[in-house]
Formats: sequence, C-alpha cells, structure tokens
Amino acid sequence: MSVAEPKRASLVNFRNVAISALVVTALLQLLGGMGLFNQYYLHILAIIGMNIILVVSLNLVNGYLGEFALGHAGFMAVGAYTAALIAMNLQLPTALRLPLSLAGGVAAAGLIGYLVGLVTFKTVGDYLAITTLGFNMIIVNAIQNIDYLGGPRGLTGIPKGTDLITVAACVVLTYWILRNLVHSGYGRMWLSIRENAIASGLIGVNVNRVKNVAFTVAAAFAGLAGGLWAQYQQFITPRSFDYLKTTEILVMLYLGGMGSLSGSILGVVFYTVTMELLRNVLGMISPQLADLRMLLSPLILVVIMLTRQYGLMGNREWRWLQPKREESPVGTGA
Amino acid sequence: MRQLVWSLVALLALFGVAGCEDKGLAIGVSAPLSGDIAALGQSTRNAVLLAQEEINAKGGIRIGDKLEKITFIIEDDENRPESTATVFQKLINQDRVVAIIGSQSSKCSNAGAPIAESAGIPQLSPWSTNPNVTRGRKYVFRSCFIDPFQGKEVAKFARDTMKARTAAVLYDVASDYNKGIAEVFRDEFARAGGRIVGFETYNTNDKDFSAQLCKIKGANPDILFLPNYFNEVPLQIQQARKLGLTCKVIGSDSWDNPELIKLGGREMEGTYFTNHYSPDVDRPASREFIAKYRKKFNAPVDAAAALTYDSVYILVQAIEKAGKAEPRAIRDAIASTKGFNGATGTISYNGTGDPVKGAVIIRIKNGKFVFDSAVN
Repeated sequence: MSVAEPKRASLVNFRNVAISALVVTALLQLLGGMGLFNQYYLHILAIIGMNIILVVSLNLVNGYLGEFALGHAGFMAVGAYTAALIAMNLQLPTALRLPLSLAGGVAAAGLIGYLVGLVTFKTVGDYLAITTLGFNMIIVNAIQNIDYLGGPRGLTGIPKGTDLITVAACVVLTYWILRNLVHSGYGRMWLSIRENAIASGLIGVNVNRVKNVAFTVAAAFAGLAGGLWAQYQQFITPRSFDYLKTTEILVMLYLGGMGSLSGSILGVVFYTVTMELLRNVLGMISPQLADLRMLLSPLILVVIMLTRQYGLMGNREWRWLQPKREESPVGTGA
Repeated sequence: MRQLVWSLVALLALFGVAGCEDKGLAIGVSAPLSGDIAALGQSTRNAVLLAQEEINAKGGIRIGDKLEKITFIIEDDENRPESTATVFQKLINQDRVVAIIGSQSSKCSNAGAPIAESAGIPQLSPWSTNPNVTRGRKYVFRSCFIDPFQGKEVAKFARDTMKARTAAVLYDVASDYNKGIAEVFRDEFARAGGRIVGFETYNTNDKDFSAQLCKIKGANPDILFLPNYFNEVPLQIQQARKLGLTCKVIGSDSWDNPELIKLGGREMEGTYFTNHYSPDVDRPASREFIAKYRKKFNAPVDAAAALTYDSVYILVQAIEKAGKAEPRAIRDAIASTKGFNGATGTISYNGTGDPVKGAVIIRIKNGKFVFDSAVN
C-alpha cells in the first residue's frame, strides 16, 4: 500500500457491491418465483445470508475484542422466539409484521446480551468461555421448560415472513453497521483491549463498558439472525440453538479468519457451499456414500486450518469493502 | 483459492452430466444418516433400499399401463431441523421428486413439512409421532400412531389389564416425545379412575435419578411409567430396584431396541411396553419383511425400519392407484388408502394425515421381546 498509488475512483466499492447484491438477489427471487431459478439455490443463498449475520457479529467479540464467547446460539434463540411470538400474535400485513418482529428480536437479544455481559465480563479468558456457554444452556433449558413457548416440542405455525431479499437487506445492513463500528472509536478501543487490556485501562479506556458494548451489539445481531431464521423456517425448537449451533458458528468464524469481516463472509460461503457440493457430488456417485460427507467436511477443515493458520482471511480485509479514506487499515498486518 | 473453486465447479459440471442418465421415477428420502440417531438412519436406508430392490426386480412400478423403474434419493438430514429444510429444498427443486419419505424425528419432519406443503409435494413420515407434524396440513402424512394414542393405550393397559390404582411417572422433560406421552398418560390414567401419585422429571443425559425415585418410592405407586429412550431406561430401573421400589414398570415404543436388554439385563424381566409392531405377531406381511430384512442386512429389525418399509409401499400403492406420477394425484391416493396390509399392521387414512392403526403390548420375558396383546 504505497503512498504513490494513483487515486482511481474504483467502481468496486462497498456501496456498489451492496446495491448490486440487493439487485441480484431481488432478481433471483423474482426468477425463482416464476419457476425459472432453482429454489434450492435460493434456499442455500438465504442460509448463507443468515449465517453471515451470525458469524460477522460473533467476530466482533471473538475476533476484534479477542475474547472467547461460546453463547452465540443462545442469543439467536432469544431473537428467534421473540420474533416468532410477535409475528404469531400480530395480525398485520407482512410488510409491517416482519420489521416489527425483527426489531423485537433484536431488542430482546440485545437486552439479554447486555445483562449477560454485565455478569460475564467480570471474568476473562477460559472463564468467560465457560460462563457464556452456561448462559447458552440456561437459555435453551429455560425455553424447554416454558410451555407457552412450546417447550421441547418447539413452536410451529410461525407465519412465513423472511425471503431472500429480506435476508440480503439485513446482511448489508449488518455488515455496514459492524464495519463502521469496527472503524470507529469503539473499534480502536476493542483492538487495544485485545492487544493489552491493562494498558488500555491505563490510557483511559473503560474496559468493561467497552467490552459490553461489543457483546451487546453482537447479541443483538444474533437476535436478528434468529428472527429471520424463525420466520424463514416457520418452526423452531430449543435444541436447534444449543452449543452445537454455537460450535458451527465458531467453525465458520475460524475458517474465515478472526478479526476480518470479509473473512467471515468467505468462511460462511466456503463452509456452506462445500457441504452442499459434497452432498450433491457424493449422492450422484452412489447413495451409499452419503455418510462420507460428515467425514470429508471436517477433513477439509483440518487441511485448511493446517495450511492457513489464520483462516482464509485472518486479520486481512477485501479493500473494496472498507470505508473510504482508509489510510491505515485497522488490524492489518500488511 | 481460485483454482480450487474452478476445479470444484468443473467437478460439479462433470457429475451433472453423468447424473443426467434416466433413473426413472424419483422419490426423495430424508433420513438421519449421521448425528445422534444415526443407527435409526441406517435402518431407514436399509428398509428403503430393500423395497427399491424388490420393486425394480419386478420391473418397476406400474403407472397407467407401463412399468417404470423407481429410484430413491436418500439424503442425510443429520437429525437437525435446519438440515432437513435444506434436504427438502434439494429433493423438491433439484431432484424433482414426486414425493418424500421422512424425516424420522418429529422436529425434522416439522421443519420439512412447510416446504413440502407449499410446494404441493406429498410427505410421508414413518416415525414422527408428534401430533403437530400433520396438523392443518394437506400434503403431510405419517404411517405411525401419534403420541396421544400411545399414552392413552398405556394408561388403559395399566388401569384395566394390570389393575393399577396408583401410578407414578418419571420422564425426560427436555425431550418432546417423552413429555408428550407422559402428559397424556397422566390425564388418561386419571380419567380411567386411577390416581397419579408421582410426576417427576429429569433432563437428557442425567445419570442419577435417585432423588426423583426416592420421592416416588415414598408415594408407593402400583405402577411406574418410564416413557424414556432405551439407553436411559435400564439405569432408571436399576436405581429404582436398588432403592427398594418393587412395583411393576411399563414403557413406550422408545424402548424398542436390543440395547435395552443388553444394558438392563435381569432387571428388565416382567416389564411391558407399547410398540408399533412385534416380530412375533403371526402376520404374513410382518414375517416376510423381517425374514427378507434379516437376510439382506444381517441386522435386527427395529420399528423404524418396518415403518419406513410400510411408508414406501403405501406410497408405491398410491402412485399405482393414481395412475400418474403427479404429486396432487398421489396425495389424493394416499389420503384414500384403506386397509393397507403392512409389516406394522393394517393402515387406513380417515381424512387426516394420521393413520388409523393399532399398537401392540410387548412383554420382556427371558431376555426377549415377547408379544403380549394387541390394541386398536
């Protein structure tokens, strides 16, 4: 990144990418509705979108803040159940119901995230991992024991609200907010805490409060993903949000690379597409090979992590997704 | 990185070409081939492959006046709702199946059902006993009985046949199946004039039940109902006996696995449970299926395998009756199935997606599952 680089106004910047992504998804959705585009691919795109929101938001805590939180799926559950309840009890047109329910999910997950953060950030490191894991379990167990929420049977009959365009819009919004946060004063403070919490405290960073901001924001966006998920799948069950889901999010996060928002996108896309490719390829060879999928995909992960220790994009970003006037990119080793 | 992507794309294209050969009529199967109930997924696949071999050996399925070969596309749903949704999307939109068998657990069937329903593709679940799966849906069927029916039959059996006046229940509160049956049993047993003296819960993977069992012992029930999975029941019975609880014990179809006796040993003697079918019942259809299955796979036949096998044939019969491989016509044909003679009993549909069929009571005697009686 030399100073003498000519300032071409590249067309490949965040705004244009976001707009074209929205246009393309809207087009695909339209074609899918007319039966001209495979709904299965639309479904995979929607899954990718929702996973991007989950992974990008967790990156805030695990990547930029450098803490190890293990409760992301719990906040997703809070968002999913809140949004589902709002959607089921509000007799409104979809155009109104969907944003309201999503906002409810975000608010509830953010609030719970804030409260959990108040308690858990009294600990650091492994202890934080365990306490957040504990909260994930508490949330899942609590839902299992509340009959109003369907208990272990789950909640059926949630109206369909989420489609690919909604997901795409939420992904763009999430990415935009998180990217700007990471490059704001908070972003600098998170990085300074990651590098040295004591030194950050000494220069006047309110460590616990700043940490909790990251945690609350991450939880709120997990709630957004949960709200989208509930109204996409139209059925949710508490067990879908247990620590196994958290683990899946973590796998995609580490695959993409810590401290890299574009890496998170790449990690999710790579993981999801590989899993589906394996399904299709193995299935075409022989139905007996379907079991190999669960064996091959971890193997691919191991190979990638061995050859690229910081994930696909660890601490690096695609320049065109960065904010303008970025002279000294944050978190860039290069 | 770029090379990797391109080689993957090339590979996919290659297989896309290879996969275009005509495989005849495609039917989807969503089964938990991996995940926490993978054993059940394997028996699902076995049953499907057995049926496919039989049908194609006869030249295929008769549609109108010509025979067509049949291919089951079996996908792994990992026993996770979100994967099941993906599997259903793939089967319907990529493989263009005319119907789907599956999934097995209720949570997965529940995740697939909205997709099948909105695409107008008939779904037939072999093993999902949760009432919600078919409720309010036109294209979703099952070939097993539902939880309330089973809970009611167990309660009736306990009250009428075993003459129990008081009963206690210990169940896993974190599992939808256990909770559903336990609650129905509680209500039905009370309605039949019995008294529930203990209603205790635990969480999946608990190993120590002594606190709950002590409480139950204090209430001194005539009968103890354990509607829990076969891997946990032996531990519960052993601890109960150790605490001096001598009452009779009954269970539900989740006991149906050889592991139950392997783990429980002598403590399991004299207990009863309800099941979808019993290998001992002298029904030609059951006998034939069990013999063929054992011969081909050399594995014990569980209820999931038998139910899957029945589901396949209900579907095949419906397609032949419809006379065309068209989802709507197949749906109507399934709905009008009457007196289907399957491995798990006689199955009819009465306007809903739930079949009218009986259950059997099985008794454990000399380390074996023995047929005791049939209920309808």
